[in-house]
Amino acid sequence: MPRKADPTDLIKRVRRGDHAAASRALSLVVDEDASSETLAKEFFKSAGSAQKIGVCGPPGAGKSTLTGRLIGHYRKLKLKVGVLAVDPSSSISGGAFLGDRLRIMEHATDPGVFIRSLASRGMIGGLTHTIFGAIHVLEALGCGKILIETVGTGQDEVDIASVADTVVYVTTPAMGDEIQAMKAGAMEIGDVFVVNKADLAGKDKAVADLKGALGLGRSAGQAPRAWEPPVVATSALNGDGVAELGRELDAHWKHLRDSGEGRERLKRQHATELQFWIQRRVIKTALDRVTDKSLEALLSHKIDPASLGRRLLRN
Amino acid sequence: MTDKPLRILVAKPGLDGHDRGAKVIVRALRDAGFEVIYTGIRQTPGMIAAAALQEGVDAVGLSLLSGAHMTLFPEIVKLLRKKGLKDVLVFGGGIIPDEDMPKLRKAGVDRVFGPGTPLSEIVAYLNGKLRVAA
Repeated sequence: MPRKADPTDLIKRVRRGDHAAASRALSLVVDEDASSETLAKEFFKSAGSAQKIGVCGPPGAGKSTLTGRLIGHYRKLKLKVGVLAVDPSSSISGGAFLGDRLRIMEHATDPGVFIRSLASRGMIGGLTHTIFGAIHVLEALGCGKILIETVGTGQDEVDIASVADTVVYVTTPAMGDEIQAMKAGAMEIGDVFVVNKADLAGKDKAVADLKGALGLGRSAGQAPRAWEPPVVATSALNGDGVAELGRELDAHWKHLRDSGEGRERLKRQHATELQFWIQRRVIKTALDRVTDKSLEALLSHKIDPASLGRRLLRN
Repeated sequence: MTDKPLRILVAKPGLDGHDRGAKVIVRALRDAGFEVIYTGIRQTPGMIAAAALQEGVDAVGLSLLSGAHMTLFPEIVKLLRKKGLKDVLVFGGGIIPDEDMPKLRKAGVDRVFGPGTPLSEIVAYLNGKLRVAA
């Protein structure tokens, strides 16, 4: 039941820090409403103003609880925090159970915190198509830190590296030995590694395994990297290590700004945003042209999928 | 975009911790194509209203078995309206005596589902209320 809202008025209210307006703008952007492009154009002006921190890792590693702790950390520093928590949509019903908010309800009534749960809506890779639009709304709202919690897909969640400035990879003492840590995929994109649930046994070995796996590359005679990903042990349960994690996140943000790497990353993020837009547009346009008649033509072998696809894209 | 997924906040205000019912509803709504956000147990009216606002939901479902519904349900509706969420549908479920229903309706709780309500009835109710309005 969308209330009619004047986009200019909405934009002004978001920039003033109005949560109701931000929520409305997020709905329009995420639902890809007809007015969303007008809004997106305006909100894009704020792009790059916040540190976007991607929190990824396998399901159950404690990403949501740790996110809650980080909110607390930043609120102590009087920073305004935005959270985008992505959970999977069902490929069968299209519905979703968005359960991340449950772990961070203690910040629900804090006016300096804005939390929005997003459903992946058919996208694989731990994110959702409209994530950039949502980020820009929170940037316009004045959030200095934006925490993006991905679907817990584990080993292959690399999209977040093209969306976030700083990627936090969360694992636990029970997640396997250094052989797991050597595999390609999500482990390659972490800027800061966290061994969460440090209250459990095996923390020290897990930290050592991770550090060992991260250090292997250097032994092959590679040039030292400008940023060596640190490994931090935290307990989201009791808050241990969260301040240290906060310091490492700040250090990475400083590194990005001082080294020119931040500019490179922002450029890559914009390229990804453009890619998402084109993919959505082209794929949707072509798929909308598929008719039952064209499918019948495939059944009767009058045409093959590649030729049909080519024709649909050309039209 | 009339086929956009509808978003529902399922919330448990008050002090009882019996959230099996709420979880069953969450699961049924997910399977019926809704995007469902669950707050967890023991939430204050303020927390529920803030969550409804930030999540941009179409409806809020309140589950309560402790008997405090006559205090908490109207309080939540009041806060939602105060935050400008005039169109958000509020419904409830739990152990609610029949004689309380008219008063709850008057307070802005559109409908209350008692124990044993078929899940399909709740899904049909929400689709009927929200899809037609949209």
